[in-house]
Amino acid sequence: MLQALEGSQAVAQAVALCRPQVIAAYPITPQTHIVESISRLVADGKLHCEFVSVESEFSAASVVLGAAIAGSRAYTATSSQGILLMAEVLFNIAGMRVPLVMTCANRAISSPLSIWNDQQDSMSVRDAGWIQLYCADNQEAVDTSIQAYRIAERTELPVMVCMDGFILTHTLEGIDIPTSKQVDSFLPPYQFARQLDPRHPLSLGTLVSPDFYPEARHSHHQALLNAQAEIVSADQDWFALTGRKSGGLLTVEGPEQATVAILTIGSVLGTLRAALEELPPGQPVKLIKLRSFRPFPKETLKAACKGLKDLIVLEKAFSPGSGGIVGLEVLAAVAELPRPPRVHNFAAGLGGRDIPLDILPRLLAVLEEPDNNRFRIIDVDLERLPLADR
Amino acid sequence: MTTKIITAISELRKKQPRFRGLESGHRACLGCGEALAARLVTEATGPDVLVANATGCLEIFTTPWPESAWRIPWVHSLFENTGAVAAGMESALKAQGKSTKVLAFGGDGGTFDIGFQALSGMLERGHSVLYVCFDNEAYMNTGIQRSSSTPHAAMTTTSPPGKERMGKRHLKKDIVSIVAAHHIPYAATASVSYPSDIRKKVRRALAIDGPTFLQIHCPCPLGWGHEGHESIMVARLAVQTGLFPLIELERGGLASAMPIRNIRPVTEYLQMQQRFRHLFTDEARAKEELEHIQAIADHNIEIYGLRGDSKDAFDSEGMDTVRRGGMRWA
Repeated sequence: MLQALEGSQAVAQAVALCRPQVIAAYPITPQTHIVESISRLVADGKLHCEFVSVESEFSAASVVLGAAIAGSRAYTATSSQGILLMAEVLFNIAGMRVPLVMTCANRAISSPLSIWNDQQDSMSVRDAGWIQLYCADNQEAVDTSIQAYRIAERTELPVMVCMDGFILTHTLEGIDIPTSKQVDSFLPPYQFARQLDPRHPLSLGTLVSPDFYPEARHSHHQALLNAQAEIVSADQDWFALTGRKSGGLLTVEGPEQATVAILTIGSVLGTLRAALEELPPGQPVKLIKLRSFRPFPKETLKAACKGLKDLIVLEKAFSPGSGGIVGLEVLAAVAELPRPPRVHNFAAGLGGRDIPLDILPRLLAVLEEPDNNRFRIIDVDLERLPLADR
Repeated sequence: MTTKIITAISELRKKQPRFRGLESGHRACLGCGEALAARLVTEATGPDVLVANATGCLEIFTTPWPESAWRIPWVHSLFENTGAVAAGMESALKAQGKSTKVLAFGGDGGTFDIGFQALSGMLERGHSVLYVCFDNEAYMNTGIQRSSSTPHAAMTTTSPPGKERMGKRHLKKDIVSIVAAHHIPYAATASVSYPSDIRKKVRRALAIDGPTFLQIHCPCPLGWGHEGHESIMVARLAVQTGLFPLIELERGGLASAMPIRNIRPVTEYLQMQQRFRHLFTDEARAKEELEHIQAIADHNIEIYGLRGDSKDAFDSEGMDTVRRGGMRWA
């Protein structure tokens, strides 16, 4: 049944349906509504769990780590500065191969201080060894949060569910919240194999010498690559159960014969879809929605890019002094194709700058310009900068 | 006439407490106070515990993969999050309806300094965890750097004495008072040189539902500059001089202090250790520092009322003569 719900409320309800036993969080805009909604569910007796109001994001991540290795399903959510403060724990959780789910309400990173949306936060911890799934709308955020537990528990890898701050977290949409029966059948009770238990004492997180460290890293890398199959199967099984898909590793939409595609990550897809409707009919443009950034689905992406002449990668973060983050990885992947498309990489919407519908004609116009494969922030107003900075 | 006592190792083993959480074979230095203290603590807790251990010597020397010296479930996450990891473990056990106790182990660096915030949060939220701080008064794992637990005037590699300095310029942080100011049910100090006192305090802490804290003074022969076989003697002198008072605090108030039967001058403690050798010169500033340290000990004796006036079974001389089965058995 469709209900009008704010993205954060919807995610809170989805998380509650997964029956977490321990939730720890520290408030940060724009994640606050998620944890406030969960707190209310706990206060009203609708969710029975230990809700730990910690003193920092660093402790939030540490508490859920402790809870998971003590054998409980656990959850946390954060954003921006919070994710940077957690960074050390995020690497530790993943390296220890602890299944956890965290929502990242994507927000820009200070300085300059901005509370608004971009994806610099989750992109900055892309090497932490977590699975990262990006949601295009709030229904996907709900469904992906539930799928995330199954993926995490089957792969023994933590999953970060990324949803654009404000654009998704604070927006009301018609959402179909699954029933508890559906979620229970999808997500059976879980037993962590390396649970701390006095009857079978184990030592976790030990010191590893150079004799073993590269092997540990390799198996972590391989586990992430292998997780692609679990991400796909979780989405397929969810579809069989609810009739809804969240997009597996990535999805392609638009005319088959199109030779131009725009690849995006997160909620900007909706803007591009709406913009496509404004264009004259028959405009040959495909949209590629990259849902799984980690693991990076290289083979699936290559298959999706066959026959393309131009591939525009539009992202909401970048690496200063280098350029696009997603763009560079996409470029490396498609370079393996016999006839690779030209890759044009742009950032837009940084620090919450609105991405209007005319982004689409602007992107397509760039294809006609010389020097069109140089990375740049496409919506920057250079006139406002001193000459030296342009 | 002397009698030669021959005791089989197997007989000695029988005199050991039945359970050991930390086994021999680990890689601690000779005379390591921390290793002994950790063993004593886990002997007293028994096997029905989970341990969260901060980064530090104890973590490193007990678990070189693929070996482990622990017989209890044990996890090391990071340096500064032990209080929070333990809190998460406790929350999980609570949600699962289990009665297993959670212990958190950290050194003074992980407790006084980098992990202080996570510890304070754990105490404030009332998690039922026994946090044990093995206090060896410097960052020993990284090579003897000063911590906020390093005592005044001690030499470390980052507080060396020189023309302009006489070792650490600042005072040792009074962590137990800070912890007790969270008004937790029980916070105490102990010394590795008083094993039965440690056992008593661990049992007492574990019987309490709520956060409890135990700071155990553990000599580090390498870091303090004394022989390995002198660890217990050095630790005892820290207590007997008044420099490390053994106290118990309940809900923030002083509940007990171990009386000192024969109070020793601080120089007896200091001169056993290389980290204080720059205080034993003819320089006026060295004499001045010795006076400062004596003043710290005198202050402790005064505020905690450490002057023992009788032969108390639980004073600084009586406590370590405790025998199994007697009235003094703690």
